[in-house]
Amino acid sequence: MSAPGPLEYLRRWPLRLWLIAVAAFLYVPLIALIVFSFNDSKRTILWKGFTLGWYAKLFADTDLLAAFANSLAIAAISTLISTLLGTLTALLLWRFRFPLKAALEGALALPIVVPEICLGVAFLVFFTTVLPWPPELPWPLNLGAIAIAHVSFSFSFVALVVRARLASFDRALEDAARDLGAGEWAILRDILVPHMRPGLIAGALLAFTLSLDDFVITFFTSGPDTTTFPVKVYSMVRFSVTPEVNAASTLLIVVTVGLTALALRMQGTDLVKAQAAA
Amino acid sequence: MSQNWRAARGPFGVLATPPILWLALFFLVPLAIIWGYSFGENQSLTQIAVDGTFANYVRALNPLYLSILAKSLWFAGLTTVACLIVGFPVAVAITFAPARAKAWLLLLVMLPFWTNLLIRTYALMAVLRTEGYINLTLGALWNAVVRPFGAGAFVPLDLLHNNFAVVFGLVYVQLPFMVLPLYSALDRLDRSLIEASLDLGAGHLATFARVVVPLALPGIVSGVIVTFIPSLGAYLTPDLLGGTSSMMVANVIERQFKSANDWPFGAALSFLLLYLTFAAMGLQAVLARQKALA
Amino acid sequence: MSGPIIRFESVTKRYGPVLAVDNVSLDVAEGEFFALLGPSGCGKTTLLRMLAGFEVPSEGRILIDGQDVSRTPPNRRPVNMVFQNYAVFPHMSVSDNVGYGLRMGGVGAAERARRVDEALALVKLDGLGARKPDQLSGGQRQRVALARALVKRPRVLLLDEPLSALDAKLRDAMRSELTALQDEVGITFVLVTHDQDEALAMAGRCAVMNRGMLQQVATPSDLYEFPNSRFVADFIGSVNLFEGRLVVDEPGRAIVACPELAAPVFLDHGVTGGTGTTLWLAIRPEKIVLSKRGDGPPPPLLDDGETPSGHNVAQGTIRAVSYLGSESVYEVVITEGRRVRALRSNLTRWDQEELRMNDPVWLRWHSCSPAVLLS
Repeated sequence: MSAPGPLEYLRRWPLRLWLIAVAAFLYVPLIALIVFSFNDSKRTILWKGFTLGWYAKLFADTDLLAAFANSLAIAAISTLISTLLGTLTALLLWRFRFPLKAALEGALALPIVVPEICLGVAFLVFFTTVLPWPPELPWPLNLGAIAIAHVSFSFSFVALVVRARLASFDRALEDAARDLGAGEWAILRDILVPHMRPGLIAGALLAFTLSLDDFVITFFTSGPDTTTFPVKVYSMVRFSVTPEVNAASTLLIVVTVGLTALALRMQGTDLVKAQAAA
Repeated sequence: MSQNWRAARGPFGVLATPPILWLALFFLVPLAIIWGYSFGENQSLTQIAVDGTFANYVRALNPLYLSILAKSLWFAGLTTVACLIVGFPVAVAITFAPARAKAWLLLLVMLPFWTNLLIRTYALMAVLRTEGYINLTLGALWNAVVRPFGAGAFVPLDLLHNNFAVVFGLVYVQLPFMVLPLYSALDRLDRSLIEASLDLGAGHLATFARVVVPLALPGIVSGVIVTFIPSLGAYLTPDLLGGTSSMMVANVIERQFKSANDWPFGAALSFLLLYLTFAAMGLQAVLARQKALA
Repeated sequence: MSGPIIRFESVTKRYGPVLAVDNVSLDVAEGEFFALLGPSGCGKTTLLRMLAGFEVPSEGRILIDGQDVSRTPPNRRPVNMVFQNYAVFPHMSVSDNVGYGLRMGGVGAAERARRVDEALALVKLDGLGARKPDQLSGGQRQRVALARALVKRPRVLLLDEPLSALDAKLRDAMRSELTALQDEVGITFVLVTHDQDEALAMAGRCAVMNRGMLQQVATPSDLYEFPNSRFVADFIGSVNLFEGRLVVDEPGRAIVACPELAAPVFLDHGVTGGTGTTLWLAIRPEKIVLSKRGDGPPPPLLDDGETPSGHNVAQGTIRAVSYLGSESVYEVVITEGRRVRALRSNLTRWDQEELRMNDPVWLRWHSCSPAVLLS
């Protein structure tokens, strides 16, 4: 192997060392957290032995399970509506010129840019004064307020992802379909949606993970009966630090990373570019 | 080639109405209400009168809260600088890695970004605690290396529940946000420009300073913004990792809405945070336009 | 300065299992205009980049002015490069671009300004110092790249496919400009190109490469008229290749029998190798003389008293004509079914009308025309 060329920076040891140090910095806490979820000891620092006891405790904790069920339900509802709205938005911006288009694009950027705390308190006020959400509604309807809040901040992300996918659409296909007699609806169904599919799936997965992971906004819109998984874990962290929290966190990591990996696989490079641009 | 909306009013209506309605009702209206409240005051425990007063904003600017605002800006700034210093070499390493390694390295940097913020912050607690990993390691080293020379017992470092922990936590959480735009900008750079600079006698550092950084500047600015803004509005990290004196703006806002029950004041603070955010973005846009015209 | 200015000693470059440059040894003399020529992937660019310092040889040494520079980084070599896409810094003005290398070398501002002006005048860009690269044409940007490299007064100037991005007319003009420039400045130029017209027109000596190996190093005329292999004969210009067997081998004359030609080929010189040796004859299209064929014998060739009758002749029919204005290219199918290419200058304004599609013709060539190739 020849000596490194002048631009082969990664082959020089200072940069390699730096990269390893950064990787350690990023991963050691997470790996430790996962490892210690299997630790047979209440104190989470010294390794005492392997156990699945904390996971057992986790699955027996009805409050936590209820919270997780809430999270899933909210995420499902939010994903459905976000994907729909986001797709409509993407199609709208891709296809049409209209007055105030720039203003709309600006408004759509707001959910991505506005700090979560501002959104959180805004929704708190909204659901207290304008649209009080009755907590006696049957499940999952009682989660509506949270779901609405989630949709509001995530459909812009979906729009971004779907728009990135639409950008690669060859308009000639649309013209060909029209030439052959297809109407608007047929074109959407037969030509556009198939092309958008990877973007739709990636956007949906993104919306799902955004909802599942959300803390701040949910913190302000949830109540004692409508708590979600991250909010419950937060209160657990505040009160006591047991490895049960580690186990809960590990599960959440696995779920989120798995879903995001799936989304990436579906969309290839479009998603990376969209995230980097966002 | 996009179409004029008049050419297909039907489809336009179908596409435009739901998103615009939702955005208006469930996004702009809540924000507008908060904005209104920021000019209001508490009438009673449940009533708020919006009477156009600026009292809340004035109160936000008194030394106590101003110092918190300043501290938030300071923390966000420190975090951004730290992320820039740590992240730039990482972005360089990834940009110039062989193609196969590149994909894996990007994945390596992105993976933590996908995990829940709460979990990442919680994981750090185990690291920074008095009996956390850092202190344990240092303690072990101390006992092995220094103690035998007659030194006293190891005093664990106070790494949690203070300002250090907050900044450390913010850097930990925000680093992937910085690396991605940096990488994106560096990757788009024409390699032959770097080679030309080397060929003409410049060293690597000079090449980076004079050729790479000026040309990658938009990406660098982008990374700075994407790191600074979330750091400014951070809630969880200062809440879990900070002490009583490390409150940031978001924590104060939360207190107004949850325990202090002073919604108008909280609303004013929220909007101040929002204005700061917009100011930062405006600055970026101005810098970008200046560069384009230059 | 005795000895070559550049020497490659058994240089090899590997990328994993791929051998990009295979044991190349080459000398370039000071003041030469030298070209590295070959099809894409032949290793010529890798060789150039190793000379510049952007690649490190896997084996072997590179010497500049007698010093081993194989491990010297590019910013410390007395060599400067003009990149294929010019690599002009888009965020700096023309003057700043040209002065960049001087600045890195610690030259003071006043001296720098003087030399930058000098360099700009040399490449005929006077007065454009304040412009930004995006305000210049492609040809102008190339001159900036040239000026930027030359202003440092390197011992060797490297050019990586310098004309490939220019349009045809500009390319022609730049060819003569580059040769004139080299004459004026007097330093060694090493040029890499896949365009053989370019190499032949500009260089004093060329190295033809294929698959990482040197095929032949010679002057342009030697490469064209005396190729050492079928590869070189085919790569440079177009050629008609005939496989044959040496039938008569005497000092001063030889006869070759080619299965694709009815009549034997007579050569006015001896050939290495005994009778029975397999060899190839390369005959360039412009060396084949066409004449209309009727019922009579073929007309004799002028200036060729040596060739006995019945040799160096073939019969054929024109199957394609490409009229190129100054000359015409004819594809002729000879009696054995093989296609032969012949080229004729249109000396008079009616020449192109003389030979048409489907005309029967005689093909003749001088006994000194074929190049004999043993590989």
